[in-house]
Amino acid sequence: MAYTLNVNGKALSADVDGDTPLLWTLRDTLGILGPKYGCGVAACGACTVHVDGQPMRSCQIPTESVGKAKITTIEAMSANPVGKRVQAAWMELDVAQCGYCQAGQIMSATALLTKTPKPTDAQINEAMDGNICRCATYTRIRAAIKRASGQKEA
Amino acid sequence: MTYHDLKANRREILTSVSAAGLTLSFAIAPKAGAQENVQTPLNAYVRVAPNGIVTVVAKNPELGQGVKTMLPMLIAEELDVAWENVRVEQALSDPKLYGRQFAGGSMATPLHWDELRRVGAVARAMLIQAAALAWNCPPSECSTTPGNVLHKASGKSRTYGSLALACATITPPDPRSLTLKDPKTYRIIGKPTPQYDVAKIVTGQPLFGIDVVRPGMLFATYQKAGVFGAKVASADVSGALAVKGVRKAFVVEGTADAMSPPGSLGQGLLPGVAVVADTWWAANKGRNKLNITWADHPTSSQSSKGFAAQAKALSAGKGQRTTRNDGDVDAALASAAKTVEASYFYPYLSHANLEPQNCTAEFKDGKLEIWAPTQNPEPGRQLCARTLGIKPEDITVHMVRGGGGFGRRLANDYMVEAAWIARETGTPVKLLWTREDDMQHDHYRPAGFHTFRGGVDAAGNLVALHDHFVTFGNGTAASNSAGMAAAEYPAQFVPNLRYEISMMPSGIPTGPLRAPGSNALAFVFQSFIDELAHAAKADPLAFQIKLLGDKPVVGTAPASYGAGRMVGVLKAVGEMSGWAGRGKLPKGEGMGVACYYSHMGYFAEVAHVAVAPDGAIKVKKVWVAADVGRQIINPHGALNQVQGSVLDGLSEALHQQITIDAGRVEQNNFTDYQLMRISEAPAVEVKFVITDFPPTGLGEPALPPAIPALTNAIFAATGKRIRSLPIQTDMLKA
Repeated sequence: MAYTLNVNGKALSADVDGDTPLLWTLRDTLGILGPKYGCGVAACGACTVHVDGQPMRSCQIPTESVGKAKITTIEAMSANPVGKRVQAAWMELDVAQCGYCQAGQIMSATALLTKTPKPTDAQINEAMDGNICRCATYTRIRAAIKRASGQKEA
Repeated sequence: MTYHDLKANRREILTSVSAAGLTLSFAIAPKAGAQENVQTPLNAYVRVAPNGIVTVVAKNPELGQGVKTMLPMLIAEELDVAWENVRVEQALSDPKLYGRQFAGGSMATPLHWDELRRVGAVARAMLIQAAALAWNCPPSECSTTPGNVLHKASGKSRTYGSLALACATITPPDPRSLTLKDPKTYRIIGKPTPQYDVAKIVTGQPLFGIDVVRPGMLFATYQKAGVFGAKVASADVSGALAVKGVRKAFVVEGTADAMSPPGSLGQGLLPGVAVVADTWWAANKGRNKLNITWADHPTSSQSSKGFAAQAKALSAGKGQRTTRNDGDVDAALASAAKTVEASYFYPYLSHANLEPQNCTAEFKDGKLEIWAPTQNPEPGRQLCARTLGIKPEDITVHMVRGGGGFGRRLANDYMVEAAWIARETGTPVKLLWTREDDMQHDHYRPAGFHTFRGGVDAAGNLVALHDHFVTFGNGTAASNSAGMAAAEYPAQFVPNLRYEISMMPSGIPTGPLRAPGSNALAFVFQSFIDELAHAAKADPLAFQIKLLGDKPVVGTAPASYGAGRMVGVLKAVGEMSGWAGRGKLPKGEGMGVACYYSHMGYFAEVAHVAVAPDGAIKVKKVWVAADVGRQIINPHGALNQVQGSVLDGLSEALHQQITIDAGRVEQNNFTDYQLMRISEAPAVEVKFVITDFPPTGLGEPALPPAIPALTNAIFAATGKRIRSLPIQTDMLKA
């Protein structure tokens, strides 16, 4: 059936089965390709989006359960002042290697800094441990979060 | 790229560029007003627009190793153009124009360091020639600043953009005739340069194989047997076809060479059942409704436990073959002051690229077009041609950015599957494997078993070493990435040394994983050398330096070993890490050292660990000293590769293991095949030791020594020797 979703501030209509994970509705039906498929079981974080500002794994959210919640993806992060700062830090420190996980990393980091503007290392670990980087760019991810939060990087 | 291409006459080059489908304009005499859009090709790599923007082609596939940035930097440096005026374009797979295009063996730097700088230098020389013609002066009176040719005597200057069209009539000079820049004048090489696609990555732009969209595209899943190579005995696809959105579901017979010889992968098409649908989710739902009976297959009798039992029996006897026998090991062991015996094991590993294998294919009018995140496009093209019975020249392969390579995408099994399914379907198709497909249909880092004996004399010299390596293979040839060179270190450094090898047949596909061979052999040899150092009551780092001796090079090519370079990095890492002060570490903490030469790079690493009473391991820091020659081309990318490789190695040692039961892989996902997460990642401090050797690659060689540095540190912290991976923290309980 057709669902109307609020994605990146726009009302978008998707005609999908209600059990279709939001990740696949975004990618295959709405053409929003920033959220990535990595595991399908909420173990890697590559599909992370914000649902009413909270970082969630979109592979685990049935489209029928989204309702009126505001979905934000990496494509709209430049319009978010914190997200923009995070992206800038990611670029300055050239964090990525393959880059496949980085949209999810940036979504988790933006949610962290929105709630906790100056996170400690322990808070960074807690917020970011659900996001795997197979290239293991963790050193730079940590440094970029510190930079975006105006803290010393090492 | 071969020099032949550059020397070929210009018309030929332009024709072949055109045939390869690159978007080029050949308007040599453009109409007035059209000039802003005209890019003039100077060769297959360089196009110059009137506004001075230079498009540089990146020839090799990009999977996170940074070559899409690094290789164009080499061209841009010698062309003498500002990096901000460079636009990088990914090449198609086109061996006629670009030679071998692949990502493997950390070879991009050594293969291209000289050639691609000369590509840039040739283009610069042509621009100078064009200016000299215009000014009626000898080219030797002209020089360049970024983007401009100058004539100092007259003060004249022309932009590259204004000269490019005139280059059409100029014969490219012999690349060998040109003098390259003095490194002291480099403006691009050696400068930390962010990845070319960094802005697209952080804003989530579609870049990867999984993001490819074609008009009218459908989505596919492909169910293969858990037992490698098993055929479909019967399949009921009606359940799949009943799922909304599913268009087709069909059996693919596969080809006889798909697993031939046993344990190989990527030679043909594996059997299975394809489901094609309007969305990937529908295809996957349909796939879960398939009812398939798989034919019996001999590999179903194989298991990790069975391999371990066979290996134990084989290890107890003589090796099937002796690959090296220097001096008299048995006599030297009998007379050694101290001897050590130990058995080591390492498991199968999966590549676990975060982007699961995928490929988009379109078959139309007898021609095939492919978009693949592959490390090895040309063999993929040949595989598709062979399997589909079409001509290689009727296949176009687009190299799409891959979400990690690590060796997995050297095989093109996903490519031929997508090609076959697209032809059967008649529309463009994107095939995407599930994570579970990916983990269960890899070509794995082979497991291995080593039984060592070693001896040191009263003066603390390593005088005898014997390894019996039990691996997979047919008795004569080891399976892919399962062998060991007769020159494996410390061969040539120990007077009495014997390497024996025995092989077990296996149907489990094996293949290269980042630093193939080395990623396992470094662990066993560098651990055992550490054991011998402790047996000799020696400082492990001093023991390593003593073993390497005082000759700069030992042995002859291709087995020559730069002992002096290795001593250099060992000394450097000792200083960086404060090795001499390690005795002051608190109880439960320790430092371990290891070194390893692979992929032409010399690496020494020290790990500092703390082991808690419950056995929990905390890696506090890793120091790396690296010698990859005289020039770090892109320090940003270089440091990232080294740090990532070290953490990758630690991740393997701490967590990773693939096991086989009844001929199939038991692990499914990141829940039972763990990768390192940020909370476990230590700081990694890196020093590049600059030596006067040609620059070599960094995708791999930092990984191998990270593992024994960690396990040797655990020994220093606990007195417990890790001889089997992944590390079992249970055995580290106080």
